[in-house]
Amino acid sequence: MKKKNSGYQITANVVMMLVAVMVVLPFLLLFLSSITDESTLLKNGYSFFPEKFSLGAYEYIFRSGEKIFRAYGMTILVTVIGTVVNVALSALFSYPLSLKNLPGRRVITFFVFFTMLFNGGLVPSYILWSNYVGVKDTIWGLLLPNLLMGAMNILLIRTYFSTSIPDTLFEAAQIDGASQVRIFTKIVLPLGKPILVTIGTFSGLAYWNDWTNGLYYINKKTELFTIQNLLNRMVSDLQYLSQNSGNVSSDLAAEISKVPSTGVQMAIAFVAILPIILVFPFLQKYYSKGIALGAVKG
Amino acid sequence: MEKKARAAVKRGSRSEKVKKWLPLYLMMLPGAIYLIVNNYIPMFGMIIAFKKVDFSKGIFASDWIGLKNFEFLFASDDAAVITRNTILYNVAFIFLNTTLGILFAIFICDILNKRLKKLYQSAILFPFLMSMVIVGYIVYAFFSMQSGIVNKTILPLLGKDPIFWYNEPKYWPAILIFVNTWKGIGYGCLIYISAINGIDPTYYEAAELDGAGKLKQIWHITLPCILPSIITLTLLSIGKIFYSDFGLFYQVPRDSGMLYSTTNVIDTYVYRGLMKQGNIGMSSAAGVYQSVVGFVLVLLSNLVVRKVSKENALF
Repeated sequence: MKKKNSGYQITANVVMMLVAVMVVLPFLLLFLSSITDESTLLKNGYSFFPEKFSLGAYEYIFRSGEKIFRAYGMTILVTVIGTVVNVALSALFSYPLSLKNLPGRRVITFFVFFTMLFNGGLVPSYILWSNYVGVKDTIWGLLLPNLLMGAMNILLIRTYFSTSIPDTLFEAAQIDGASQVRIFTKIVLPLGKPILVTIGTFSGLAYWNDWTNGLYYINKKTELFTIQNLLNRMVSDLQYLSQNSGNVSSDLAAEISKVPSTGVQMAIAFVAILPIILVFPFLQKYYSKGIALGAVKG
Repeated sequence: MEKKARAAVKRGSRSEKVKKWLPLYLMMLPGAIYLIVNNYIPMFGMIIAFKKVDFSKGIFASDWIGLKNFEFLFASDDAAVITRNTILYNVAFIFLNTTLGILFAIFICDILNKRLKKLYQSAILFPFLMSMVIVGYIVYAFFSMQSGIVNKTILPLLGKDPIFWYNEPKYWPAILIFVNTWKGIGYGCLIYISAINGIDPTYYEAAELDGAGKLKQIWHITLPCILPSIITLTLLSIGKIFYSDFGLFYQVPRDSGMLYSTTNVIDTYVYRGLMKQGNIGMSSAAGVYQSVVGFVLVLLSNLVVRKVSKENALF
C-alpha cells in the first residue's frame, strides 16, 4: 500500500479530481450568477463566463432587503435557540441513561429507541402540532416539531458517557455528598464536551438548513420565515405564476414584480450557504467524527 | 475502598433510593415529554386513517369508517405509482451510493499526496451539508427552460433544440438519481473510509511481497475486510426503502405538476394530499401504509444484519 504505484495513483487522482470539480462547479455557478449583471443574465442565461459582472444583487439586498435581513435573523435565532435546547435536553436525558444501575434503564432505552423504528408519519404529527399544541404561525412552529431532540443523539451521547466516563467517578462524587446537579454540571458536561459539540454541530446545521417546518407551520405570518423558507417561497411563487400565466390579471402582474430577480435570488441563496462555507473545516471535523461514531447506525 | 463505597450505596433504604434516583428521573422528564408529544402521540394519531375526520367534532369523536380510506387509495393509480417510484429510486440510490462510495473511499485512502487526499475528502462531504432548497436552485440554474446553462449554452453548442426540462417527466429519473448521488455520496464514503483505515496494513505488505497487484489487493483484501460494513449499510438502507428524502423530490423538481408521474413518492404524496388537496383521508392512509410496511422492513433487515454481523445490528 505504501509503495508507489504510479499508474494507479494517476487514475485515482484523475477520478477524484473530476469528482471534486463536479462538486465545486455548481456552487461556483451559484456564486457567479449572483454577481452577474441582470440584463446579461436574462440575455445569456446562467453562465460560468458572464459577459458583465455586477454587484447589483448584493446592493439590492443591503438597500431594500429588510425582508431578507429579517429572515436571516430568524435563521440565526432559531438555530441558536434550537441547538442550545437540543444539546441541553439530550445531555440531561442521556446522562441518567448511561448509568448502568439506573432502575428501568432497559425500558427507557427501548422507549427512546422505538422512535427510530416506527413513526406516525406527517399527517397525525401535523395535526397534533398545529391543531392541538397550536404552533402554527408562531416561532414554536420552527423550533419544536421534529428537530428539538432525537433518539439518535441520545443514544450516541449515552454510549459516549457510559464508555468514556467511569461509573465509579460518579459514585465517588456521590459519596462525597455532591448532588446530581453538581455531578452533572461539574463532571458530566466537561467530560462529555467532545460528544456534545458533535451533537451541537449536527443540530445546528439541521436547524440552519431546515425549511420543512416553515413550509408546514408558517403560512400567514411570513415575517417569521427563515432564509430557507424565503428561498422556498420564491420558487413556489414563480411556479404558481408560470402555471397561471395564461390569464395574467393585474393582481398577478403585481405579484410578478414582487418576486426578486434571478440575480437577487441567487445572491440570497449564496448568503444562506456562506456561513456553512466559512465554518466548513469545523463542520467537517465533527461530521467525520459523528459519522464514524454513529457510523453505520445513521 | 471502591467496594466499600458500592456496598454503602447498595445498603441504602427506600427513601435513600428515592433521594438518589429521583433527581435523575427529573432530568429525563423534559426529554421524555418531548418524545411523547413529538413521537408517541402521532403513532396513536394514526387512527385518523380509519376515521372520517371532522374537525368540528374533534378527532376522537369523528366517525369510524374502517378501511374505506385504504380502499380508495389502492383503487386509484396513485398507490402503484408512488410505491413504484419510491422503491425504484431507492434501489438506484442504494446501488450507486454503495459502488461509488466504495470506489471513492478506496481511491481516497490510497492517495499518497496528503493535501490532495484532504481536498478530496472535503469535496465529497461539502454538498452533503447543504439544504435541498439550495440544491434546487443550483439544479434550476442548469435546467431552467429560458435561462438554464443546458438550454442556453450546452444544447446550442451541440446544435440541438432546447428541452422543456420541467415539463418532461422522462428526464427526471436520471436527474434525481444524479443529484442524490452528488449530494449524498460523502456520507457512505466516509463510513467506508473509516472501515478501510481499520484494515491491518500488514495484509497489504504481505500481498505486495507475494507480488499481488493493486486490483488483486482490492479484490482479496480491501473488499472482504469491509464486507460487514457494506452489508450492514446496504441492509439498513433496504430497511428504509419505503421512505424518501422529501426535499429531493419536492425541491429539486420545483413541485412541477407535470413531472409527478416520475417524481411523486410516498412522502410527497402524503404532503400534497394533506396540504394542497386537503384530502386527509387518502393522505393519512398513505402515511399508515408507509409506516407499517416501513416498520416491517426495518425489522426484517435488522434480523438479517444480526445474522451477518451482530455488533452492527440496531438491536
